[in-house]
Amino acid sequence: MNPMRPLAISALTAVSAMGRGGAATLAALVGRRSGLAPCDFAGVREGFVGAVGGLAEQPLPAGLGRFDCRNHRLAAMALATDGFAAAVAGAAARYGAGRVAVVLGTSTSGILAAEQAYRARETPGGALPGWFDYAASQDIGALAVFVRAALGLAGPGYVVSTACTSSARSFVDGARLIAAGVVDAAVVGGADSLCATTLRGFAALELVSPGPCRPLDAARCGLSIGEAAGFALLERRDGRAAAAAAELLLLGHGASSDGHHMSAPHPAGAGAIAAMRGALARAGLAPAAVDYVNLHGTGTRANDAAEDGAVFAVFGAQTACSSTKGWSGHTLGASGVLEALVAALAIRAGLMPGCLGVERVDPAFRCRVLTENVRAPVRRVMSNAFGFGGSNCALLFGAP
Amino acid sequence: MKAAILSASVWGPGLCGWAAAAPLLRAGVVAAEGGTVPPPPALLPANERRRAGLLTRLALAVAVEAAADAGIAPAALPAVFASASGDGAVVHDLLVTLAVPEGEVSPTRFHNSVHNAPAGYWSIGAGAQAETASLGAHDETAAAALLAAATAVCAEDEAWLMVVADAPMPAPLAIARPIGPAFAAALVLAPEGGTATPGAARRVALALDFIPGAAAWDLPRSPGLAALAAATPAARLLRLLESLAAGRADRFSLPLAGGRLAVTLAPPP
Repeated sequence: MNPMRPLAISALTAVSAMGRGGAATLAALVGRRSGLAPCDFAGVREGFVGAVGGLAEQPLPAGLGRFDCRNHRLAAMALATDGFAAAVAGAAARYGAGRVAVVLGTSTSGILAAEQAYRARETPGGALPGWFDYAASQDIGALAVFVRAALGLAGPGYVVSTACTSSARSFVDGARLIAAGVVDAAVVGGADSLCATTLRGFAALELVSPGPCRPLDAARCGLSIGEAAGFALLERRDGRAAAAAAELLLLGHGASSDGHHMSAPHPAGAGAIAAMRGALARAGLAPAAVDYVNLHGTGTRANDAAEDGAVFAVFGAQTACSSTKGWSGHTLGASGVLEALVAALAIRAGLMPGCLGVERVDPAFRCRVLTENVRAPVRRVMSNAFGFGGSNCALLFGAP
Repeated sequence: MKAAILSASVWGPGLCGWAAAAPLLRAGVVAAEGGTVPPPPALLPANERRRAGLLTRLALAVAVEAAADAGIAPAALPAVFASASGDGAVVHDLLVTLAVPEGEVSPTRFHNSVHNAPAGYWSIGAGAQAETASLGAHDETAAAALLAAATAVCAEDEAWLMVVADAPMPAPLAIARPIGPAFAAALVLAPEGGTATPGAARRVALALDFIPGAAAWDLPRSPGLAALAAATPAARLLRLLESLAAGRADRFSLPLAGGRLAVTLAPPP
């Protein structure tokens, strides 16, 4: 492991049930307005979801109609938000389109299209309908192909798919491509959209809360699934990037494996501890330098308990922490980039959001869990993401 | 970007591990059809061994051999796992269930459907806390994996394991996404010039350059291997493996992101 030089995040956006872009997301955080609503999607009518409105009308960029599916509409909506595409065009002009990588995260890509295709079969063993375009929808790499084309970029790219750490993990790969000199800038982030696969899959695991999720509450009983897309433009802070005003800095990253179970976290949060310590070590910072921890905080019994233990082991009882899943739902592979935006807003507005929907913080928890919004200067934020396969990723963000 | 190849492994039609396959790769006599399923991964505890699908079996078979030949304990190796297809059989079963409103989703099948399932089983089997990444880039997955692994080696100055694995899809997905015979390969890459690791004397120098704009693809020299490389995305690594087995210096290109990954191999003198 090498120390990391801070990278500038010169553009950042996300769309989720919280709202479209930074201003709307901040307004939802300040107003403590949840985006969760009763689920009525793909035949599933249990639990709550964080759905994004307006996708039916969302156009795709000209010439990319082949990629039409919910995941790419969500991505297109985010690309058109907060001036993101224009910022990338600026980077392409500075460095050349071939010097900007596109590394994105998704856990389920456009599998909703495959679900619809299987449902449209005339006989159970029959062929899939002719409209189904695997490479442009279900394929795990499709998102990077679509976004590279939409942004007119020619740098290297691929999709990182590490379940619910996918878009957080894309920051790691993007940062390394810059550090190794392969590119000068990288578009990272990702998208995950509502589909029966995750709605019914998490229900089968008995991890879906009947009401809106209540992360860190003593009576929490599962997660609410959400959808989101978001993108960040990573650049070196020196040289030509100095022309671009940084929204945020990426100070460090740490990733690890639990090596424990495919869908249950390590009870003592061993891998999560290693990920957070890795991010601090790369940044050369002590835990006390972090003002706020944005938790993975899904609202499942096991996740929140393991994460509390891990965060306490690293930070002790002083550092403020909370989960914003009560606003957005768990946006799965997109949660890393959505919560990068939350970190940027926390720093910009001096706001630490308190968990939504918490009546009583689990008395077994030892971390300092916020349940009301706190106004205070925020200079550095640790952002956690954990996922199936025992995948852990912690990102450390700082004020520019 | 420069790195060193410490070890390799391969599993595919007629290619059952590096020790057995290297002479066949050297001679270029390989059946492009038929295949053998690797043995259940001894790395895994019995209950996990039963749950691991074909893709995980393939990935773990090559990962275990490459780590052993590099002389590095699996638990100490961060890894890139890549697959174009993921586990098509698991995804198909899930899609069939989801097409029926009352279909009951199997929790095990759901968690096995994630793209990082092979990486998850690897870290469980190895008892590893080391980082893993799981990637996909359609037909260009092998090139993306090589780039990602070498980038990590250079950025972090540490050895990384790289695994690519693909298996055919069942019908009807097989028509929407044709993939040839099941194939997996692994490399252990290390920082250039390091001498501390075991096997340093036989390390092969690897140089990679991404060149945007003009795609180019050099197939393996042997027609049998070329056919396999054209049929299965993971098998695009065969050009590298063929030259590695032959101890031959080589320069070739793999298409990536509308451009190409230019690869140079230089065996020890």
